Amino acid sequence: MASQSRAWAWLRRNALPIYAVLAVAYMLIPIVVIAVFSFGATPKGKLTFGLDHGFTTEYWSSAFSLPELNEALLTSLRLAAIATAISTVIGTLMAIALVRHRFRGRRLTNLLIVIPMATPEVVIGASLLSMFIYYTFALGFGTLLIAHVMFSISFVVVVVRSRLIGFDRHLEEAAADLGATPFATFRTVTLPLLAPGIVAAALLAFSLSIDDFVISNFNSGTTVTFPLYVYGVSLRGVPVQVNVLATMLFALLAIAVSLVLWQQRRAERMAAVRPEPATTLAPTSA
Amino acid sequence: MSLKQRLVPYWLLGPGLLWLVVFFVVPMYFMGELALRSGSLTTGYTFDWAWSNFPDSLSGHTEQIVRSFFYAGAATLLALLIAYPLAYAIAFRAGRFKLLLLFAVIAPFFTTYLIRTIAWKTILSDSSPVVSVLQTLSLIPPDGRVLATSGAVIAGLTYNFLPFMVLPLYANLERLDLRLVEAAKDLYSSSRQAFLRVTLPLTMPGIVAGVLLTFIPAFGDYINAQILGGTQQAMVGNVIQSLYLNQRNYPEAAALSFLMMALILAVVTVYIRFAGTGAFMGDEDEETA
Repeated sequence: MASQSRAWAWLRRNALPIYAVLAVAYMLIPIVVIAVFSFGATPKGKLTFGLDHGFTTEYWSSAFSLPELNEALLTSLRLAAIATAISTVIGTLMAIALVRHRFRGRRLTNLLIVIPMATPEVVIGASLLSMFIYYTFALGFGTLLIAHVMFSISFVVVVVRSRLIGFDRHLEEAAADLGATPFATFRTVTLPLLAPGIVAAALLAFSLSIDDFVISNFNSGTTVTFPLYVYGVSLRGVPVQVNVLATMLFALLAIAVSLVLWQQRRAERMAAVRPEPATTLAPTSA
Repeated sequence: MSLKQRLVPYWLLGPGLLWLVVFFVVPMYFMGELALRSGSLTTGYTFDWAWSNFPDSLSGHTEQIVRSFFYAGAATLLALLIAYPLAYAIAFRAGRFKLLLLFAVIAPFFTTYLIRTIAWKTILSDSSPVVSVLQTLSLIPPDGRVLATSGAVIAGLTYNFLPFMVLPLYANLERLDLRLVEAAKDLYSSSRQAFLRVTLPLTMPGIVAGVLLTFIPAFGDYINAQILGGTQQAMVGNVIQSLYLNQRNYPEAAALSFLMMALILAVVTVYIRFAGTGAFMGDEDEETA
């Protein structure tokens, strides 16, 4: 009786953490399912989502044996790489302008950055297609690139901006005091300090691009990306290799993101060791 | 400040603003233009101020529109109920596991949305253990299905947009000054009262941001309805997609899509007027527009 009430008390005290673990487990279920079934043996090489035929590593060793799938994945990787490069540069510049400068049209700019994030993908896809139809623009890799850069910019701005806000400007002032030109200060002080934020933004842009189906579906023409390929085959049976590649992609992105988080944490710890900047000596209006 | 210095922010903003204006704002104009055309696919669509496309696109699809409101609303409510305690736990009870839990919350983004939803389709398929458990518990009839029901679509929407609810709630809760809650308890409020009268009102901005960030994409979504639902679960997104890409009835599709955009723009503008862009931009100090 006593132990029972103690167990009950423990449960009550830890209800919230237990709940958190369960909720997170729920969020990870489909990822686990995708990974487990990439090892599932099936008679026809199509996903059956039953494990009655046992496990096999066959599809991992033949991961790249479907030419159409390979091509779709390569298209997606190329698209994501280019779109990420463009949107990261453009978005970082915007974030710098928004945090470092006061200018007319700031509010309008903020609004223009926020609204695309709050627009349903189907509307973004449909409106771009409307414009491309009007100009009888050939749909393909180019239109996909335009769209992917467009929807990534806002997210890049948000991520880089948050990094810039917590930025110690004394370091730049020190560089300037030591005779560095504005450009040299930017290259040797600002950019390295901003790097974790930029890398995080680039990762986000990359995963948004490689994941996008809805907007791509409107503007792809005959070009096939990885999600578009999956959609195409989902009606007649998904080859197990899709799960293998999805699991690989997940692992790569997860590793990249953990590295960024780890690096950021280490940087924060190191920053915590340094003495507080002597703000009392130079009361600047930050 | 010299003119050259004053122009610096505009040079920095230039490329991004140009991209957003040309490929986000201008396309909205062309969607509006397309919505005012009439004709047919064979004869081509000509611009003739066909305002009737707007009421027609609504009256032709009332069923799907009502359903979208209902599904997205239900999914948003469920996501809020699931996410609030989770965000609270991550903010205050996670200790050194905080980063790991946050990482797990965004982990679904590292697999393709489409493949995740197909995975749910198999988890909920007729022969799956989940369905037999539900059948044993008499939550669904013995021969009942989960797939191709409203429940499956709502569950899919809830799952897929949950991170959009957790993250703004977490950002808001993390900033919560726990001393205020302590003060309430010092003044003899119960835990329940302290939550309802201190914590909840102070986290309202996070709740509203989370609700918007979940409801809007859920409202426009068509993947969940298509993969997890049947023919009876089509949403507005499915209609727009099919009108644009299959039937190529561009004017009606554009009209419907345009109205959806107008509705969302109205809601977001009202929100930003009151709360600023902070909740979306990830900082509370941003001035209100």
